[in-house]
Amino acid sequence: MTIDQTGSPPTAGHQFPVGSDAFPHRHLLGIAGLQPWEILFLLKEAEQWVDLNRQSSKHVDRLDGLTVINAFFENSTRTLLSFEIAGKRMGADVVNMHAAQSSVKKGETLIDTAVTLNAMRADAIVIRHASSGAVRLIADKVDCPVLNAGDGSHEHPTQALLDALTIQRRKGDISGLTVTICGDVMHSRVARSNIYCLTTLGAKVRVCAPTSLLPASLDRMNVEAFSNFEQALDGADVVMMLRLQNERMNGDFIPSPREFHHLYGLTRERLALAKPDALVMHPGPMNRGVEISSDVADDLERSAITEQVEMGVAVRMACLDVLTRRSRGVEGWS
Amino acid sequence: MKQVFTDAQVLVPGAQAPQSINVATDGDRICRISEDGPSENQQTIDCKGAILAPGIIDLGVFSIDKPAFHYGGITRAALMPDQSPVLDLPAMIKHNASEGKPDLWSHPLAAATKGLKGAELAEIGLMKQAGARAVATGRSWIADSGIMLKLLHYCHSLDMPVIVHSEDRGLTANAVATAGETATRLGLSSAPATAEALSIARDIALVRESGAHVHFRQVTTAQGLDLIRAAKSEGLPVTCGITPAHLFLSDIAISEFRTFAKLSPPLRSEEDRQSCLKAIEDGTIDVISSGHDPRGPEDKRLPFAEAEFGMAGAETLLALSLNLVRDGLIGLNRLFELLSATPAKILGVEAGQITEGYEADLIVIDPEAPWQIDTRKMAASAGNTPFDKLPVQGRVHAIYKGGKAL
Repeated sequence: MTIDQTGSPPTAGHQFPVGSDAFPHRHLLGIAGLQPWEILFLLKEAEQWVDLNRQSSKHVDRLDGLTVINAFFENSTRTLLSFEIAGKRMGADVVNMHAAQSSVKKGETLIDTAVTLNAMRADAIVIRHASSGAVRLIADKVDCPVLNAGDGSHEHPTQALLDALTIQRRKGDISGLTVTICGDVMHSRVARSNIYCLTTLGAKVRVCAPTSLLPASLDRMNVEAFSNFEQALDGADVVMMLRLQNERMNGDFIPSPREFHHLYGLTRERLALAKPDALVMHPGPMNRGVEISSDVADDLERSAITEQVEMGVAVRMACLDVLTRRSRGVEGWS
Repeated sequence: MKQVFTDAQVLVPGAQAPQSINVATDGDRICRISEDGPSENQQTIDCKGAILAPGIIDLGVFSIDKPAFHYGGITRAALMPDQSPVLDLPAMIKHNASEGKPDLWSHPLAAATKGLKGAELAEIGLMKQAGARAVATGRSWIADSGIMLKLLHYCHSLDMPVIVHSEDRGLTANAVATAGETATRLGLSSAPATAEALSIARDIALVRESGAHVHFRQVTTAQGLDLIRAAKSEGLPVTCGITPAHLFLSDIAISEFRTFAKLSPPLRSEEDRQSCLKAIEDGTIDVISSGHDPRGPEDKRLPFAEAEFGMAGAETLLALSLNLVRDGLIGLNRLFELLSATPAKILGVEAGQITEGYEADLIVIDPEAPWQIDTRKMAASAGNTPFDKLPVQGRVHAIYKGGKAL
């Protein structure tokens, strides 16, 4: 079996390396640096869990006896729930640690917290934190695999994987597609992980926002930047909208949500500029009437938003499974 | 005590290269530079062919850290006013001026405004009487141009230079990095390099208005350096400095969220770094200082945005700066103008060069001696250097403060 290591994106029928060579990383801290076949391997693994999740009995005992700690230093509902369901469906003991309950509020440093979690002999730790790079800091101090559930404006790798899985299932091959990402790109970890993921898999990525919400040097990330939404939508296969955080909008980066919707809101009329079968995506939660209008969000034919949530559980099951294979002594993963 | 340093290659002001000459001291002063050998009542110090240079004067440190300074050949250090409490009262100046004596002289810089808040002028005149030789805005920038102009007028009348930090806070508010590819990839809050130029441009305009001497403590961008260059050619009384970190590292050094490379101003793009090297070569930059700011793990082992700014730089200042000589940008004599003579002139002290009548602050160095920077072995109160594990050349073999061996 040969693996294409030239950097060209693998095709759907791609052969993967055997055992841990298919995904040689100890943690999943980000998409940056992953090879195309490593991303596709995780997507392939996730596929089997999609099928399981659609059955009436959704339980397997693959992670039986393992402890997964979801350490969320920043509020989250859907990602925490998704990781919790993923762990529980695979038989793990899942413990959720919320920031409000954590010692970090009492002045304990993040590293102390990491050492404490490590001493509790978790088998995997899922971390969300408001600071870019915080998850890496913890990963350096613990013995078990760490999954990044979002760190500041840096990365949200499982979101990018679930988005890629959604696109792949709807569109087939990701390579060659044109994906337009629009919204608060500057503060979005979803945008960064998706840019890394989709460009690595050979998609053409456009980002769109007023320049005040576009970070510098985006051109170095192999994307095309637009400030005109109509131009960015022209002929797009996928339109991915990002949440605009209301607290950042007053006088800081844009004049008002009303103006933003007028210029950058995804309406049915604007969507008509993309390809007729263009897929609409949003990582949620949505600001209806701001970055996306309700009729577009709720259009079952065009919108894949609820499907993204469904794929999220499957992707997280796959990641927990793959990253714990070494500790579980799975053959070929020593 | 009378001494004579023999068999030394002496860095004499104005000379192109080190001179084979003897340096005699009497008490704390240099008394004679000549080819004369030692007389009967003089103690001989055989330098065995090594370089004899003036002690380094580190302009703008955040902590008096004697072991690190002695290791690095630093005999005087100008202490930034950002202390706890802020150096904004004569008593604070008096106390801190005596802190390192007799083997290290600390020159506390008077806070420009009360509490460094940028709102009300501090008692600069009284602090001058208490021993302050310059005024500084600390890590902050005085946003109010009216206050800044009053400060410059007032300092001009007192003949005190003003050392400023140049970053427009309107742009840098929450920024932890310079805007560019690295900050974009890491998702770090960043500010454009223009923040520096904006601040410098305003202050140059106010220098033109007031006639005060402004020293821009760290200028790190091409735009900023162009402004300084133009101001100097206009004849304005401006000088500027830099640290080795900004000369030898670009923003790539913060990859993987390395907080030891989190500095203020932040590490810049490679293009800006190259402009800084050019500015060293063409003489636009007047001072190289360490920006010594030792920080323990409680300040640095944190997520990047939450970690404090600053590096421990005193021990590595000389060895890193010697790279400029090895790379052929400047000669050894010019290097010690940047490290010692010009900082002394800004502070108005008779030190920083090997001249008769000046303070006998001397260091014996081997510019070729190899060693490796190692955070675990540093003499500083903390080992937060972004240069960890870097092999370097250049060591201080002996250090004399006021003629006394330390």
